[in-house]
Amino acid sequence: MLTILFDGIAYGMLLFIIAVGLAITLGLMNFINLAHGAFAMVGGYITVVLMNRHGVSFYWCLLIAFLAVGVIGAVLERTLYRRLYSAPHLDQVLFSVGLVFMSIAAAHYFMGGQQQLIQLPPELRGRIEIFGVGVGRYRIFITVFCAVLVVALQLALTRTRFGSQLRAAVDDGRVARGLGINVSVVFALTFALGSGLAGLGGAMGAEVLGLDPNFALKYIVYFLIVVTVGGTSSITGPFLAALLLGIADVAGKYYVPEIGAFIIYGVMVLVLVFRPHGLFAREASR
Amino acid sequence: MITRRMLMAASAGVAMLGQTALTASAQEDTVKIGLILPMTGPFSSTGRQVEAGARTYMEMNGDTAAGKTVELIVRDDAGTADQTRRIAQELVVNEGVNVLAGFGLTPLALSVGPVLNQANIPAVIMAAATASITKESEYYTRTSFTLPQASVPVATWANENDINRVVTLVTDYGPGIDAETWFTKEFTENGGEIVEAVRVPLENPDFAPYLQRVRDSEPDAVFVFLPSGVGSLFMRQFTERGLNEAGIRLIATGDVTDDDLLNEMGEPAIGTITGHHYSAAHESPENEAFVESFEEANDGMRPNFMAIGGYDGMHLIYAALEETEGEVDGDALMEAIKGLSWTSPRGPVSIDPETRDIIQNIYMREVEEVDGELYNVEFETYEAVKDPAKAEDSAE
Amino acid sequence: MSTMSENAGKVSAPVTESVAATQLRRLSAWRAFEIVLWVAAFAAIFLLPSHMLVLTEIAIVALFAISLDLILGYAGIVSLGHGAFFGLGAYAAGIFAKHIYAEPVTGLFVAAAASGIFGFATSFLVLRGSDLTRLMTTLGIALMLAEVANQMAWLTGGADGLSGVMVGPILGLFEFDLWGKTGYIYCLFVLFILTCLARRLVNAPFGLSLKAIKGNPVRAAMVGVPSRRRIVAIYTVAAVYAGIAGALLTHTTSFVSIDVLAFHRSADVLLVLVLGGVGYLYGGIIGAIVFTLLRDWLSVITPQYWMFWIGLVLVIIVVVGRENLGRWHTFLPNSLQERLARVVNWRLGMKLRGEQ
Repeated sequence: MLTILFDGIAYGMLLFIIAVGLAITLGLMNFINLAHGAFAMVGGYITVVLMNRHGVSFYWCLLIAFLAVGVIGAVLERTLYRRLYSAPHLDQVLFSVGLVFMSIAAAHYFMGGQQQLIQLPPELRGRIEIFGVGVGRYRIFITVFCAVLVVALQLALTRTRFGSQLRAAVDDGRVARGLGINVSVVFALTFALGSGLAGLGGAMGAEVLGLDPNFALKYIVYFLIVVTVGGTSSITGPFLAALLLGIADVAGKYYVPEIGAFIIYGVMVLVLVFRPHGLFAREASR
Repeated sequence: MITRRMLMAASAGVAMLGQTALTASAQEDTVKIGLILPMTGPFSSTGRQVEAGARTYMEMNGDTAAGKTVELIVRDDAGTADQTRRIAQELVVNEGVNVLAGFGLTPLALSVGPVLNQANIPAVIMAAATASITKESEYYTRTSFTLPQASVPVATWANENDINRVVTLVTDYGPGIDAETWFTKEFTENGGEIVEAVRVPLENPDFAPYLQRVRDSEPDAVFVFLPSGVGSLFMRQFTERGLNEAGIRLIATGDVTDDDLLNEMGEPAIGTITGHHYSAAHESPENEAFVESFEEANDGMRPNFMAIGGYDGMHLIYAALEETEGEVDGDALMEAIKGLSWTSPRGPVSIDPETRDIIQNIYMREVEEVDGELYNVEFETYEAVKDPAKAEDSAE
Repeated sequence: MSTMSENAGKVSAPVTESVAATQLRRLSAWRAFEIVLWVAAFAAIFLLPSHMLVLTEIAIVALFAISLDLILGYAGIVSLGHGAFFGLGAYAAGIFAKHIYAEPVTGLFVAAAASGIFGFATSFLVLRGSDLTRLMTTLGIALMLAEVANQMAWLTGGADGLSGVMVGPILGLFEFDLWGKTGYIYCLFVLFILTCLARRLVNAPFGLSLKAIKGNPVRAAMVGVPSRRRIVAIYTVAAVYAGIAGALLTHTTSFVSIDVLAFHRSADVLLVLVLGGVGYLYGGIIGAIVFTLLRDWLSVITPQYWMFWIGLVLVIIVVVGRENLGRWHTFLPNSLQERLARVVNWRLGMKLRGEQ
């Protein structure tokens, strides 16, 4: 029972870590960025290449994946994404799907089609006992990491000057500009942060989810589910949604395996039918 | 502007198609083989391995058989059945291919059935593994394997080696259910007990709840069938959860320890027992030549059980052409294919004249480290295994 | 030029007819490019005998895209799960042909009914929410339906696909042949009939009220358009169309694979529609032609990496701007532009009225 609960939490955190970047680009910036998975995939491949071919330590890889994908995100934002902030959602969907296709073919070309695997450092392998329950070390690592990350992001958004500038820029760009906020730079930085987190998620998720060129497309549904169920106006919303979905999914699959495949979609459709703006959205926002 | 450019591109495409159609009928001395594979999409690694296997065969044995030039036309169906069907039909009508081959997945193979019957064209299945395919048309033959064929020996081996209580864990789709059914049947007939049957959805990012179920039912072993990429992830989580420490053994079909990925799986894979028809570590001169030539042509990629399907598929076509002395009629080729036998890199194989399916050895292997690399090392052989699913049909 | 403006003068000075009625008739008049398109499509039966199969696929994709255009172009609903109806139609037709009656036209009606009912039932879920909510709800429904098809292997064949579907001759007369000629004629007829129906529908007051809802739901409600009922109706119609497209696929391939319900179908059809242009029905057909030929051509040249080029095309389209695509002719010399505009916009109705 306790094991299931913990597994659920760990799975939820896994969902969160791969979706957190999207919670920023889609949630805060209101850009339907289906290419999120492509950014995550780049992060994953950076980790694989650095670890397997150059022997860089896993932790450094995480940092490098975050920074490198952040830079890529910033470049793309400056050159392409920027033009589409005010475009219809349909254009955003198409544009990002186009990017996904290109990234899949490119990954194929450079890395080949096979599954890539990484070797975790020894201290993250295996399991330890907590309260008599055996728990995977890597899962604890992800869970703790996520908890810290969500607190940090939440504080950054609500307590820092940058956070309030961002919220102002999103809510009403013109007024924010009038107040002397450089909206364009704020957006670029935020987009870079979102992409960087996507890269980080890809790097951390690759161990459990695997990594092949179809990564960009395969898990798109999961990212989107977390963000839509959580609502698009905060970081805590997707965090709680990921927890809820994780626990529901693991418990459902453990106790009623026959319906295992339906649980996560079912929960999503139900939530969206009753609360179209997500579970934790400010009512009637946007 | 874009539209204009694209229309130009499109019309150029049409013109090109027209040209190839014209040249197709001109040559009498070539035998055309239409190789339809998933080269993009989630199953692209299958396509890549099969194509490389087929090309390796042509590399090693030249491109002539019975005095005719063999031409390989590779097309991508992206793993979508209606594309497979359309491409097959186009290859037959426009390109005039004499043999179809490839087929990465069961539905892709099944979708061309009506075309084969209408056009009298043989189809060599090089990858798809559901037992029932060859029953759908008289023109199917197979050089890969069937899941019952690989699962039954694993069950026999488990019975012989003091494994009494087993949990089965398979992916919830056709091949998975095939593996589960046949393993269970064989295992329980010989006194084994299936404690629980777990089925995992196709899209499943985390094995935690299923592994916990396995652990809670405390079996001697867990029998696993999962598609190859997923299999390696499963292995990781199996070890991470400490199931091996809890005394649960992992037995599986060879998809889980795919040679293509085995090296990267690392330590957790060591000691896994699998039953399958091909290992890159098989000891024979044929296999050494094959592996060397394959790795050389493909940038060090190791051939896996898909590649051998492509290789032997080509051999089958070559051998059938020799037998018919270059006659390319579909019925004549099918007659020639039935009962052919040869020594493949995987060991001795033959084509069952009744079911047109492959008869081959199934080897029990254990993952071991050899010269710093991981290999499936064979330690026991079940000789000339027929596909049990069809053997039973004919007995009834 | 002068006669044309005279004609226009006559039409725009109505004595007995209301302006609205004239406008409606103008909208629904056949335009030159439409006629050319259909003539070409029917002529292809004789002119391109070796490309029947590609053309069949184009016809099916076109019908599917038209179905999406009905909800996206006219009602503004972004759907990433439209494949659900396509797949449902395909399975309905397949199961019906296999177990009950092999004649395809009857199968079309069965498939249309099945998808229509499912479309009606799920239409209530897309009434509320933002684009994102609709995107995800439709996607979720499609994914669940795919899983249902996988689980109900006893009926659908599961992941192995539904094989052994024997499709009989159309109306008991025309057998499907290996070259795909019958199949193409069959699909083309269905496409033609359904496109005509769709033209009538969207150029009638019903279609205009949909555009009003899309433009501004609040204003539409204020002038008395029952927006909920309209959306439910068009969603159901679109589902019927998609179901028929799916059934055509089953009939021409006599096989149903589980990938008819896969995510990529819904995504592809969206691409097709956007390539051709949203909101004028023919976008679906033109998009299907361009997309299918482009993909076929690319995948022959580079079987492994054709996705890259398709992706690039998409990105360029969006960056250039979809609305600019329709204006490519502005890059032509002026005289050519005028002539082109006259030819394309020539309407059947104009000439008739001019002669009165």
